[in-house]
Amino acid sequence: MADTRPTASIEAVESGLAAQGYIASRQIATAVYLSQQIEKPILVEGPAGVGKTELAKAIAAWRGMKMIRLQCYEGLDEAKALYEWKYAKQLLYTQILKDKLGEVLGGAQSLAAALDQLHTFGDVFFSKEFVEPRPLLQALEQPAGCVLLIDEIDKSDAEFESLLLEILSDFQVTIPELGTVSAVAPPTVILTSNSERDLGDALKRRCLHLHIGFPEQKLEERIVESRVPGISQTLRKQMVGFIHEIRSLDLKKLPSVSEAIDWARVLVLLQASELDHEIVKDTLNVLLKYEADIEAATPQISSFIAKASRQGVFS
Amino acid sequence: MRENLHRFFRAARGAGVRVSPAESIDAMRAVAQVGFNDRDILRDTFLLTLAKTQDEKRALGECFDLFFSQPEPQQENAEQNKTDDNSESGANPSADEHGDNAGGAANENVGPLAQMLLSQDRSAISTAIANASGAASLPDIRYFTQRGIFQTRILDAMGIQRLRDDIDEQTTRNPALAERLQEALNGLRGTVRDAVSQALLLYGREEAENLRNEILRNAPLARIEPRQVEQMRALIRQIARRLRERYSKPRKRQRRGHLDVRRTLRRNAAWGGVPFLTAWKRKHRDRPKIVALCDVSGSVARVSDFFLLLIHSLHEVVDDVRSFAFSGHLIEVSDILESNSPEEAMKEIMSKVGFGSSDYGNSFADFEDNWMSAITPQTTVIVLGDARSNNLDPRADILRRIGERSKRLVWLNPEGRMVWGFGDSEMPRYATFCTVVRQCATAQQLERAVSDIVATYQ
Repeated sequence: MADTRPTASIEAVESGLAAQGYIASRQIATAVYLSQQIEKPILVEGPAGVGKTELAKAIAAWRGMKMIRLQCYEGLDEAKALYEWKYAKQLLYTQILKDKLGEVLGGAQSLAAALDQLHTFGDVFFSKEFVEPRPLLQALEQPAGCVLLIDEIDKSDAEFESLLLEILSDFQVTIPELGTVSAVAPPTVILTSNSERDLGDALKRRCLHLHIGFPEQKLEERIVESRVPGISQTLRKQMVGFIHEIRSLDLKKLPSVSEAIDWARVLVLLQASELDHEIVKDTLNVLLKYEADIEAATPQISSFIAKASRQGVFS
Repeated sequence: MRENLHRFFRAARGAGVRVSPAESIDAMRAVAQVGFNDRDILRDTFLLTLAKTQDEKRALGECFDLFFSQPEPQQENAEQNKTDDNSESGANPSADEHGDNAGGAANENVGPLAQMLLSQDRSAISTAIANASGAASLPDIRYFTQRGIFQTRILDAMGIQRLRDDIDEQTTRNPALAERLQEALNGLRGTVRDAVSQALLLYGREEAENLRNEILRNAPLARIEPRQVEQMRALIRQIARRLRERYSKPRKRQRRGHLDVRRTLRRNAAWGGVPFLTAWKRKHRDRPKIVALCDVSGSVARVSDFFLLLIHSLHEVVDDVRSFAFSGHLIEVSDILESNSPEEAMKEIMSKVGFGSSDYGNSFADFEDNWMSAITPQTTVIVLGDARSNNLDPRADILRRIGERSKRLVWLNPEGRMVWGFGDSEMPRYATFCTVVRQCATAQQLERAVSDIVATYQ
């Protein structure tokens, strides 16, 4: 009984994500399941447009949690990612409270006594009231837990990675003036990376490492089916087969899942019933994003369509 | 099972996957969640928790398949033996029956190993081999030269001595039984050999690779054998990766003197805009600009080949490389290298300029006439060659001008320092105009040279 449970739970994850329109492979579902069980962040790597960000959205929707997104870029720092003091509010309050100061210190005879009296009020200006929580801190403060998406971590600086280490391993952050803030409920953390640069070992060690590549043909057909319901079965098979043929070419940017979905939508809009040379040639710019790639693929269109259609017959 | 997990972690390390203790703990926690029943899920679990790059995932996947398929080949093997036996017995049934009877009768007289072999209890034999492997600490195997000793150890631990005695004893008393035992022993030897080979594959791969790489690193590039060229290319790629990791960090440096007004204001808002803390504008570091002139004549050609491969694999670190190849005259080869695989590129280069006798003077003149403008004050010029100009005019004056225009002029010479200046070597004359002159005959020296060049830009 105990041994059948995990398989069932992984299938539950798969169907849960599928209900949100995200068709996950077994490996992705296993990663999501494990990250919940052993409370580890998932680091998702893979080419652009294979659904790394989508995964986080689907998890949030499936589990009915809020999603907090932190988009990384070069120069992102603590003040924008973690927290900032509300300086303007602090200044305003000091101005307003100036008059009150006399009343508070009214009884004091000497400077030392005045200071003592001030101390009893504590650090009013460096308290929770004046902290502006940024995405990371917000994620820790969600009472019901949340999905924290740290998008394109490879675009940030190496120093920012170090900043993340504490939050990733212990789900807490330390603010010098306030102390350590721990997560109310541990958030589900998803980090995505396009492998623009190699991430540090320390960061990788704290995460489950999931690589999402281009999906297999069957899986991609299911993905297209769930995202573009209006498309006929034959056309779907043909276009996915065609895209798989295109991916075997040596191109600058291979078409990924998002492009496949876009193309399916375009084909439905144009009311195509099946692929032919003309329509592929006209819509190739949806799939391929470089002029050189389109030039390289154009001579192959007819043979690819033929191959894709043949596959459709047999499977 | 925990023992097995530990053995798997060791095998994973052997396959080149860096498994830290923390990661192995994570993996164990994860495995405790998913259980062992579904092998695919188990595989995914290991791939998720242990492997942190795609290369590692591939290596670990192979390692997993090898490791968990381990008991099966032995069984197949035993089965093979058995079917062999059967087919033999099919041809000659009476002898087999006779042998069986004799075996049954003699069972009390032979040792436990002989009995096990006679009974053809496959699972018992597999278990015995596994136990003996444990006793002989088979997971410690590192080099292929250790195969013999581990086989002997395992067979000893299984009690082969007793089996030999039995065979000797039975030869006189019951030749048929002795023959059967001898055959079984040969089969057992084969099985153990397979087990050891597999263990070597599992646990020793990285060690063997390290040893081979260590030897390769220090071998003279000009004289390596053709069969090692592929390995050397792999090694050069590895070096390139290491250099990339080390030097492709963000290139930013504080530039004191230019105030970043926006950041300063924001940083000092807490003090009502009084600038207690200053923020300075930052400046991106220069990426190295390299112009490489490579001699591709005769003995230097191979070194140039590897050097060009290395320089052109450093995209993240060095984005502006222009390469030139020369022997009698000089041509630009950057495009050839960018658009072809290393082998094809080298072939094309050699067909265009290779195999002539080198003429440094003429080649430098070619460079000055056509490409002098490629050199800017940020450029490092690298000349790779033995400076043997066949007693032609060395044109050191051009080299001087190149040196003056560039940031640094580095000369890499594959010959040993001892012979510089002897015969037709013009090295001492050229050396006066170079920033650095170094010997560069092995992969290790090549790595250091390139590493130093890139480091001057950090």
